[in-house]
Amino acid sequence: MTNRLQIYVLIVAFVWLLILPFVGSRYSVELATQILIFGLLATSLNILVGYLGAASFGHAAFFAIGGYACAYFLTTLALPLVVSMVGAVLLTAAASLVIGFFCVRLNEIYFSMLTLAFSMLIWAIALKWKSVTGGDDGFVGVAVPEFLGNYFTFFLFTLGVVSVSIIVLMIIGNSTMGRVFIAIRENQTRASFLGVNVRRMQLIAFVIAGTFAGVAGTLLALYVRGMYPETAFWSQSGHVLIMVLLGGMHAFIGPLLGASVLTLLEVTIGQYTEYWQVFVGVVLVIVVLAAPEGIYGLVRSVSKRIGGRQDDDA
Amino acid sequence: MFSNPTFMFIQVMNSFALGMNLFIIAAGLTLIFGVLRVVNFAHGAFYMVGAYVLMTTTNLIGNTTTGFFVGVAAAALVMGVVAFFIERFLLSHLYDKEHLLQLLFTFALVLIFKDAVKMIWGPLQHSISYPPAFKGAVNLRISYYPAYMLFLSVVGPVLAIGLWLALEKTRWGRLIRAARLDREMLNALGTDVKLVFSAVFVFGSMLAAMGGALAAPRIAVDPGMDGLIIIDCFIIVIIGGLGSLWGSFVGALILSSLTVFGTLIFNEWEIVLVYIMMLAVLLIRPWGLFGHADEERH
Repeated sequence: MTNRLQIYVLIVAFVWLLILPFVGSRYSVELATQILIFGLLATSLNILVGYLGAASFGHAAFFAIGGYACAYFLTTLALPLVVSMVGAVLLTAAASLVIGFFCVRLNEIYFSMLTLAFSMLIWAIALKWKSVTGGDDGFVGVAVPEFLGNYFTFFLFTLGVVSVSIIVLMIIGNSTMGRVFIAIRENQTRASFLGVNVRRMQLIAFVIAGTFAGVAGTLLALYVRGMYPETAFWSQSGHVLIMVLLGGMHAFIGPLLGASVLTLLEVTIGQYTEYWQVFVGVVLVIVVLAAPEGIYGLVRSVSKRIGGRQDDDA
Repeated sequence: MFSNPTFMFIQVMNSFALGMNLFIIAAGLTLIFGVLRVVNFAHGAFYMVGAYVLMTTTNLIGNTTTGFFVGVAAAALVMGVVAFFIERFLLSHLYDKEHLLQLLFTFALVLIFKDAVKMIWGPLQHSISYPPAFKGAVNLRISYYPAYMLFLSVVGPVLAIGLWLALEKTRWGRLIRAARLDREMLNALGTDVKLVFSAVFVFGSMLAAMGGALAAPRIAVDPGMDGLIIIDCFIIVIIGGLGSLWGSFVGALILSSLTVFGTLIFNEWEIVLVYIMMLAVLLIRPWGLFGHADEERH
């Protein structure tokens, strides 16, 4: 799912993002921060959707757990930033281990329903456990450390955390383990005949995906300086799935592409009309019906038709 | 509180009326899933459309009892026509695709309908008055009880029996049951399966709109009303078994009782209880109380 072209794209994007805060406007930097956070969330989800072939409809749960935990550690417990973030990510990993333990028992629609049910459970807890989460009003006023106080340093911090996470996810995706995930996606029975412990590998993929969604969640809490129950609601999980599909779930950079395009689409249309959702919906219908391999797939098939060089792709 | 028989009686009645309203909506979802094998996230949006169409109709012809029933019929009809076009031109191309694409397609419908509703009816909240014939309360000896809730308690079971008879006794019912079991075989035997699928999607969507229209007088009608009802429907059809009519009947009653009595016992934590119930069923009996174990593998 990763090839040389994609790595070039990532390097160019990284260099461009490094320059951006020095030359771009505050608005563009803020937008890039959002894209990075959601790009990481979408890439983590793609470990399940694209690699493993499991349609999780509850990925927002881990996004929310990471965010709330980070907000709580940092603000209520007044722990240092590093401890709060690492603690929040570890807690999310533990939560995804427990939730994943149950979820990987079911397949297809039942897997989707189970992940959905767990995320709604997390949503309900975030809504009702007022003493910890702030309930309906949200967790407001996260104690963000001084040095992350301005958009400029916060962007560089986000870029650093997201880049490291993306590299780790790419290494995992290209490792033997990543290939085993793809083998499970292609044919579960055959994979198990080859000696793969399918359930265990599914659980590992689930924990990896959940953990990195937690990383994205901690960044969200710091960026927004608050957390809200809607972060775990089912429509949020759907929103991330759109990013994955839009960019292309069978390419490593697909979800990053999808997060960028969807976010830019939303803000651009949002400048003209408040009804941006209907546009996103129509785009999604078109992608589902006509281009299920997403933007990456479209670009590839166009370049193939023109007669460009063919890259090997898993 | 629990030792007061009048109070308990009203709670039981409330659970039943609420459950019947939920059943009408969930029956459509379970019917669609049973035959098309598509989990329709937009079912909640269809429910919302039903409530709004009822509002417009009663505004047009006046808030009379006739106006109300015309409104319910109009809700079902409008949604039926829209659903027909959705199925024929879009959804029907996705039946042999991965279920992720089907899920995302119905999710796209959610986004489109949400904005469409805001464009047509505005973002504000509306309240709809009860139809004149069902205003006020009825003396049930034990206590007075709202007439409209009694009306819902009658409509639900009547509809359930009607649907069951239609599925068991009519030719269309037999075709639908056959399509549920083996669509390839039914096709090979010369039935136009596409038509059966189309009819089921239209009919299921009409049930959602009808449920929305019937719910309209007892809830607030606003563009966010689709968000939680769809989860309620999922809970119901999963408890009862995806695809099972009587399963969704019982599932709806379990959910509404859990909501009504859970609120009394656990205060506002009842909502957590509901999700734990859904998780428990999915983990112990994913095919639900009334489903069959082998249906899980389709």
